[in-house]
This record gives sequence, structure tokens and C-alpha cells, in this order.
Amino acid sequence: MTKLDAKIPEGSLAEKWTKYRSSVPLVNPANKRSLEIVIVGSGLAGASAAASLAELGYKVKVFCFQDSPRRAHSIAAQGGINAAKNYQNDGDSIYRLFYDTIKGGDYRSREANVHRLAEVSGSIIDQCVAQGVPFAREYGGLLSNRSFGGTQVQRTFYAAGQTGQQLLLGAYSSLQRQVGMGNVKMYTRHEMLDVVTIDGKARGIIARDSVTGALERHFGHAVLLCTGGYGNVFYLSTNAMGSNVTAAWKAHKKGAFIANPCYTQIHPTCIPVSGDHQSKLTLMSESLRNDGRIWVPKKENDTRKANEIPEEERDYYLERRYPAFGNLVPRDIASRAAKERCDAGFGVGASKMAVYLDYAAAIIRYGQGEANKHNMQNPSYEEIQAMGKAVVKEKYGNLFDMYKQITGEDPYEVPMRIYPAVHYTMGGLWVDYNLMTTVPGLYALGEANFSDHGANRLGASALMQGLADGYFVIPYTIGAYLASEIRTPAMSTDSAPFVAAEKEVRERLETLMNIKGNKPVDYFHKRLGKIMWDECGMARSEKGLKASIKEIQALQKEFWSDVKIPGEIDNLNPELEKAGRVADFLELGELMCIDALDRNESCGGHFRTEYQTEDGEALRDDKNYAYVAAWEYEKQSTFKLHKEELKYENIKIAQRSYK
Amino acid sequence: MEGNLNLTLKIWRQKNARVAGKFETYQVSGISTDMSFLEMIDVLNNRLIEEGDDPVAFDHDCREGICGMCSMYINGRPHGPNRGVTTCQLHMRSFKDGQTITVEPWRSSAFPVIKDLVVNRSAFDRIIAAGGFVSVNTGNAQDANSLPIPKENADQAFAAAACIGCGACVAACKNASAMLFTSAKISQLALLPQGQVEAGKRAEAMVAQMDEEGFGACSNTGACEAECPKGISLENIARMNREYFSSTFSSK
Repeated sequence: MTKLDAKIPEGSLAEKWTKYRSSVPLVNPANKRSLEIVIVGSGLAGASAAASLAELGYKVKVFCFQDSPRRAHSIAAQGGINAAKNYQNDGDSIYRLFYDTIKGGDYRSREANVHRLAEVSGSIIDQCVAQGVPFAREYGGLLSNRSFGGTQVQRTFYAAGQTGQQLLLGAYSSLQRQVGMGNVKMYTRHEMLDVVTIDGKARGIIARDSVTGALERHFGHAVLLCTGGYGNVFYLSTNAMGSNVTAAWKAHKKGAFIANPCYTQIHPTCIPVSGDHQSKLTLMSESLRNDGRIWVPKKENDTRKANEIPEEERDYYLERRYPAFGNLVPRDIASRAAKERCDAGFGVGASKMAVYLDYAAAIIRYGQGEANKHNMQNPSYEEIQAMGKAVVKEKYGNLFDMYKQITGEDPYEVPMRIYPAVHYTMGGLWVDYNLMTTVPGLYALGEANFSDHGANRLGASALMQGLADGYFVIPYTIGAYLASEIRTPAMSTDSAPFVAAEKEVRERLETLMNIKGNKPVDYFHKRLGKIMWDECGMARSEKGLKASIKEIQALQKEFWSDVKIPGEIDNLNPELEKAGRVADFLELGELMCIDALDRNESCGGHFRTEYQTEDGEALRDDKNYAYVAAWEYEKQSTFKLHKEELKYENIKIAQRSYK
Repeated sequence: MEGNLNLTLKIWRQKNARVAGKFETYQVSGISTDMSFLEMIDVLNNRLIEEGDDPVAFDHDCREGICGMCSMYINGRPHGPNRGVTTCQLHMRSFKDGQTITVEPWRSSAFPVIKDLVVNRSAFDRIIAAGGFVSVNTGNAQDANSLPIPKENADQAFAAAACIGCGACVAACKNASAMLFTSAKISQLALLPQGQVEAGKRAEAMVAQMDEEGFGACSNTGACEAECPKGISLENIARMNREYFSSTFSSK
């Protein structure tokens, strides 16, 4: 079996990155000017990498399928970004952020990568502030922090419930600055449809101009995929409609291994599904668990309205089961606990598939705090309510407004109804310490790679990782490869590999257009999503997974014989774009089930019903499964497993406890 | 689930930028009031596909009101009848059974139509590229808390930075002016010490680019502010003008 080499530098954990950074080969400024880098995706990872690499002098091309790089789905991240600044003097440190992340990931991530992430976290905040990102501040003018799940310190920096937006606009500004200076060429409304490899190295991409349908060949000495996660394999998720796995999947077919694809994050606090028409799910930020209390009625099938259920008849089940972390347990645990209550018949709302997230207590607590601050004697109930609501509005106003828009209910007056939904994928392209995939010259950054979050990502760590990879990791690690490429001149895109790759892409598009079947793309996507949610979602079993693999294979066949794509190949054609993405999801879904079936244990977001403790917690098997499962594509429906053993030299592995 | 609606839709159809467009009329029935406006269009589109027609092309992505991609002009108003809402967050409970709804793309010569309801807004990217940034390379930053910023300034900067770049302000303006969009970025950065160093130069460069793109002048009607889904304030335009004029008077 091929041995995966993660290229982790020697030395003690705390010194690895510093030492490596000082010894990694450099590329001199004159040579940088003749090295070209293709970046696919313009979210936090892509935009920050593009700006930073262009600042260094590389020639950069950036591609995104949206009409502007500012639309990338990082924009929708709500709650915050972690950093081990210890501004609150509450005992935080690089080691603690590292430890929390490894533990939160249920001991399935790589120590060296996670420690590096914690090390650079502070610089991210500095960089963003310097760019003019308007983080929340205290009256003294310093930065404000809040708590997120799986931690006992306040290390999350935020900008109301729009942190992702502000961070992305910061990175986008830096990117646009480089565009204006001519250092980055931006290709919007372009979708990458293949990676081109020459002599085993990634040398460029084939992209389709969505407006004209024209296929284009683009050369790069290196290619960076910053294309996000694949949560939309479930059809319904909190991802944007266009979020897709296509770039990563094409890379997979060209030799890049996919690691731990079954590790998906089901976020506990989303607005529940309201009907079959639903096209996507909306997240209610984890930050709401700072102040909101989650409960269900103690009585089964209780049909009373929330406000009519007295305090003593409410079950604050997270506080009951996990007193040490309470409502701030990690996401996988909170999600499973909600599912457990609903499956047991205690769910609320019309569908009974929801739990309450209640702000009544927080409104009173904040209201009383304000009254004390203003020295009000005997404030009335109404005054307390009004002041408390004002504080909550300042902290979470946009989230409350969004909830009201979608549900028609006012969360200042009645508790929100929430239920878990697919949100993030920890799995992704396998990368080494340099963020390079198994294809030389092909890198994966941000959610597109697998490296930092193990089997469960902690809240506010996705933004941290995306920006760490782009601002502070790749600018250094790419030197390890490009220093040996300085003698390689830019290649013509008329060479046989480019021509062949373009031809293959064209034929696939033509095949899709010519099926002329009976069913729209959405029909297949919804069916795939249902299989994945039922059998590869919050609970998985051997029997269900085996059946699902067969069902998905049958669905693949049906798709390729019965999908109906209207319009033309050489015009803006959203259905054709969707069809290509769903075709790839159909293959990925199969691999996810295969991976979930291989992993005979429960860990983090991967919960196999056969493997649980007596009180229903995930039961890991460290003896047999402390490895990264990296899958190699061999042929349709055939994947070969490679294992990267996870060594814990600095942390003692234990069963996660948040009790 | 309050009930279902039957609606008449008049939708702008235009094959591409080179040909003229026109309104087509469609009937949709059984529309749940819990659906979003875009989900209602999804229903129509899947029916059109099944009937062998070309579905209506429209821009959309996050469907949670933050990416700024959706851009429909509904019954004469950008993003429809409700204030402070993007099209994707507009729900069908805001409409009545039997109603006729007219849907058009943003109208502005600086936003040419690509197809149906899809327009090209890359002019906005070019305005940002002209100066909508702080010139700080990665790695140059000092410790974040070494620069205290009064909370009021930070909050005001955040309010301006909440702009999603959807272009509703341009679509709402009779002159198709991009002053609200441009001024929001100029304000955000001018309100913060990090951005003040380049404030004047930034205002000049961004305004020049805005003019070059063919956006119209501001005549202070306030339609942009009224239709902005994120409540970006007209005060930003005043602040932009201050930065612009103080810079042009002092530097030339």
C-alpha cells in the first residue's frame, strides 16, 4: 500500500512551524514574477491566498462561478472567528486552542496542522483589523469576544452575526486591490471543469465561461483549489445553492485523494424544514447558544404553545446531560441530542421535528443588567423587557430578523424553533503539511481540504482555517514546490494534455445535453439528498449504508439516461451547470457511504448506531481507526483506501467528555 | 402553512444582451405562503423544464440575504414590496391570492442584461478595485488591540460595511446612481483610523471609477436608502462628498 507522506517537519510541536518557516525554500522576487498560479474559488481561503500571493509578486489568476468574488459562501458565516489572543485574560493560549480543536474533532485530526492553525490565529485578527474589518468593540475601544461551543474561554471575535461577510469583504478588498494593480486577473462567472496534469504535475485548468459557454484553457505552475465544502450532496443544507464538489471531484479523478469524506457536520441550530418546496436551510448562528437556552417539553407530544408551558415542565436537556458545557457543547453532540429528543416524541412545532431555542431568560438577565448600569430603582417588567430586547438586538439583531422573515414568527416574543441541518464538511481533499494534495502542484485550502477539524469542527474555526491557509500558510509552503519550478517556463495551452482535457470536458457537456430525458436535475438531486440524509446523516448503520450504495448506483444510471436539460450549451444555462454538479455529487455520495461503512466506530459527526456508549455517546475505536481514510479513485464506483496513521505525541487521547 | 396562492407572473425574458427582451405571462398555482419568492420561481422553472421550455434565468446563491446575488425588480421595486429584505428572503406570505406580479431585471446602462433577470454588475468590482481597500499587505499588521477605536465609530463603520453589493440602490435610482454603494465603502474606511490615511485619495479614485462606469449623478431623492435591503444610510453619501471635496480642493 502506498504510504502517504504528510511531510510533517521534525522537531517539537511548538517549534515545528517556526523552524519550518525559516527553512522552507524561497523564490526570489524576479522569479516570482514569472511564476503563475491558478486559484479556483474566491472565498476566505481563495481571496486571502490570491491577495497574499499577488502581494509577493506571483502572477495570479482567480476563478469563481459567481458574478463577483464577493459572493463566495464564506460571506454567510455568521458567528465569529476564533483566535488565541487571550484578550479576556481568561486563560487562553495557543496550546488551549490547539487542544480544544483536537478534542472537539474527536481525536481525528493531525496534531502538527492544528497547532500551526492555533499559532497563526492571532495574526489573522491583526491582519483583518488592519484591513478595516469592523469587529465588535467594547466601550473602551478594544475588541469584544464571545464564547462558542466546545470551549470554556471567550476567544471568538465577531461582527454582529455577519462575521463571515466582514472577513470576506476584507479579503475581497485586498484581492480587488491586486486586481486594480494588475497582479491578479479575475475570471467571474467561470466554472472550473477539469484539472490539467502534465507529467504528473498540475499545470492548469479547463474552465467554462458561464455566459458564453466557451471552454477555456488556463496554465499555472501551481493550481490552488479553494472551492469550499460539499454539503450540498444532501440537497438541503445551509450551503449556498451553487456550492458544489465539482472542482474537488475532478481533481480526485486526476489523482488527488479524498480524505474522510463521511465526516460531515450537522449544525444543531437551523430553521426547520417547512415543506417540500424548500430549496435550502438557514442557519441560526451558534453564537445564539451563548445566551439562548435549548429545551423541549418534559411531556411527550405536548401540544401547548411554548409560552404556556411552565418552567418546571421544561426539559433543558443539554444543561441536564452536560452540566459543564451546558448549551455550549460541540455541534455534533448538540445535534444528536436534539435528534434523540425528537425521535423520542418530545419535539415541538407542526412537524414535531424541532426544539426550542429560548431567549426569554437572556432578555430578562440583560434587562436587569442595564437597569443596574443605569441605577434604575424598581424597574418595571416592561422596562426590563425593553432594555433586554435592545441588548439582544444589538448582539443578534440580524439573526432574529432573518428568523422572522423566514418563519413569520417573532423570536423576541416566542422561542425559536430549531433543528439540525447539514452545514460543513470536515472531509475533503487530502493534503500534506504544505497543503499539497497527492497531485504535485495541486493544493487545497480551506473547507476544500480535510486537515484541521478531524471528525467535528468547532464553531468559529472555519473562518480561522480559511484565512490561516490563505494569508499565513500557503504563502510560505508554496515555496517548497515553486522553488524547484523556477526553470519551468510558462507552458502553451495548445499542448496535447490541455487539448485532450478540453475535449473530454466538451464531450461530457454534450452527453449531458443530449440525454434529453424526462426529469429536471432537481429531481435527482432531491432523491440523492434524501438517501444521504436518511442513511449517511446524523445516524448511520452498516445495513443502511450498504443499501444506500446500491440505491445511489442505480440513481446514477437513471440520471445519465433520464435527466432533462433545457437551453443551449453555448449560452448562460444554469440547468446545465447544475447537472454537472449533481452528476459529481452522485459519485461523491457513493464514496461517502463507502467511507462511512469502512469506519466501524463512531467519532464526532460520524455516528454509527452500532458503536455507542450506554448513554448514547460516540464510541471511538482508537486501536483500529486512528487513521485518516484517504481514498484513491480507480474507476467508476471503485476506490482504493490508503491510511494515514494519526500519531498523538502531545495529547493524551481520551473519550471526549463535556459533562 | 396558511394556504396556497394562485398567481399571474409577468416576467422579463431576454435571450442575451444582443437581442431585445419582452414580458411573458405565466400562471402558477398552489404556491405555499411559506415559500420564498425564489422558491416560487423554482416551481415555475421546473414546470417550464418539464414542458420543454427554457426556464427563467436569475441570479441567486446563498438564499439567506447576505451574498447580494439575487436581484429582481418586483412590482416596480427592487427586491419587492417589503423594506429591508432581499428577494431571497421575501416570502410569499407577502402576496395575495390572485395577484399579478411583474418581475424585471435591474435597469441601468452600467448593469447590462446578460439573460432574462441576470445582469452584469462587475462595475461594482471595478469601483472597489479603484480604491475600496486599505493598502496593507499580509503580514504588516500590528497587534489588533494596539489601536483602540471608539465603539460608536466601529459601529458606524460596521453599519456602512453591511452593504451586500446587490445593486438595488442603482436599480431604485432614477439616475441609476451608484453613490450609495460607493459611499458605503468610502465611509466604512474613512471612519476607521486604519483607513483615514488614504481617505481622500480613495474617495477621488472611487468616484472617478464610478463616473467612468456610466452611473448617473445623485439628486438626493433617497430612493436608494429606502430600497436598500441592508438599511445603508444616505449619511454615507454626505460623508463621501466631504472626503471627496476636501481632497480635491486640497490636492489640486
